[in-house]
Amino acid sequence: MMKTMFVAFAFTIVASFGAYYIMSGMGFSSAETQSSSSVRLN
Amino acid sequence: MNLKTLGACLVVLLTFTVTPAYSQDEGQRASTGGAQTLEDILARQKGLAVDEAFRRENLGDPSLAAPISGNLGTLGGISNSDMYRGIRYAETEITVSNNSHAAEILVQDGGMEWLLSRQGGIQAYAAYGSGGIIALLIVFYFMRGKMKIDGGPSGNTIERFKPVERFGHWCLAGSFIMLAITGLLLLFGRNVLIPIFGHEANSVIATFSIWVHNNIAWVFMASLVLIFVMWVAHNIPNKLDLVWLAKGGGIIGNAHPEARKFNAGQKIIFWMTILLGASVSMSGMSLLFPFEFPMFAETFAVINSVIPAMGLETELLPHEEMQLAHMWHAIVATTMIIAIIAHIYIGSVGMEGAFDAMGSGQVDLEWARQHHNLWVEEEEAKASGGGA
Repeated sequence: MMKTMFVAFAFTIVASFGAYYIMSGMGFSSAETQSSSSVRLN
Repeated sequence: MNLKTLGACLVVLLTFTVTPAYSQDEGQRASTGGAQTLEDILARQKGLAVDEAFRRENLGDPSLAAPISGNLGTLGGISNSDMYRGIRYAETEITVSNNSHAAEILVQDGGMEWLLSRQGGIQAYAAYGSGGIIALLIVFYFMRGKMKIDGGPSGNTIERFKPVERFGHWCLAGSFIMLAITGLLLLFGRNVLIPIFGHEANSVIATFSIWVHNNIAWVFMASLVLIFVMWVAHNIPNKLDLVWLAKGGGIIGNAHPEARKFNAGQKIIFWMTILLGASVSMSGMSLLFPFEFPMFAETFAVINSVIPAMGLETELLPHEEMQLAHMWHAIVATTMIIAIIAHIYIGSVGMEGAFDAMGSGQVDLEWARQHHNLWVEEEEAKASGGGA
């Protein structure tokens, strides 16, 4: 009946985790932005 | 009123009339050794603008350096006060090992203004705005009741939205609701959650909220683009919308003004979602990547070029950019929350049969004829091979 709605919600959750891992892989994780060479002494 | 009272009133009146809001009189300034005057302090207490140039530009003079053997000689003509003023107004050249320009800003006065607006005005707007619209809709529901299908449902249905349209809508809706909830949890954490649940609980809630907020935002932005592409052609305003609006959309009374796929009310929601959604996304990106996407100085420059009287500040520190991005993000998001609560009401409990459009995609034919008669005619013409 409302299958599309639940599929969209599931996709939203999965895509959020996907975004997290993709951004982390690209160096935009919070650990990277807060402790990378851009903020460490160099 | 006797003459003495009248005279006293006149003196007071003249004092306020001829006394400037703040004084830049060099004589008075000299009497304080170049520091602020009593009038500066009084003006600031009244919330009036105070020209800070007298101390922003009072940064010492190396040419006046005392001999190395003299008092303050090792400071090279710049006292500690001069140095701290320079840091406060970002007039001192700071060298840091960090690559970021933002790290060179050690003190920034505007931070307090931002903090106070976040704890005050923005929270009040969010609380009274979202609470007010809910209260208003409850009152409206008890006054107007549920909008029924005239004559009852026909039993026959027509496909209102295709699966891809409903998918895009629910991705946008689901992500927006989560963004709204987590955004409000972050906004009210200190003033509401900590007093009720304590610091430890708020820490867990805030950590969860910021993770969800930062990552689900991508779904919101992607589905916003999807929605725009799918529905923009159906949401171009036309004369029919004026008639629909003039009749109040049938919300008050029993009229059923003509409409195609989207009526004027839905078009307003569509454009509000697209425009405010794009704006909140841009400010969100600015917050997601701190100091990487400053946009307010350039925006203010454009506004000033169109309306010179605005006189907006166009030289903003990196931190000011972030503070403005945050305030704008919260204000726009709250406006969207208020509008979307009304949208949810009319699409669910407010109108019989409305939820089916996005639920199953199949709406009752009689409902469709009453609310989107021209669209039904177009669909029936297509089905019979007549084209749109």
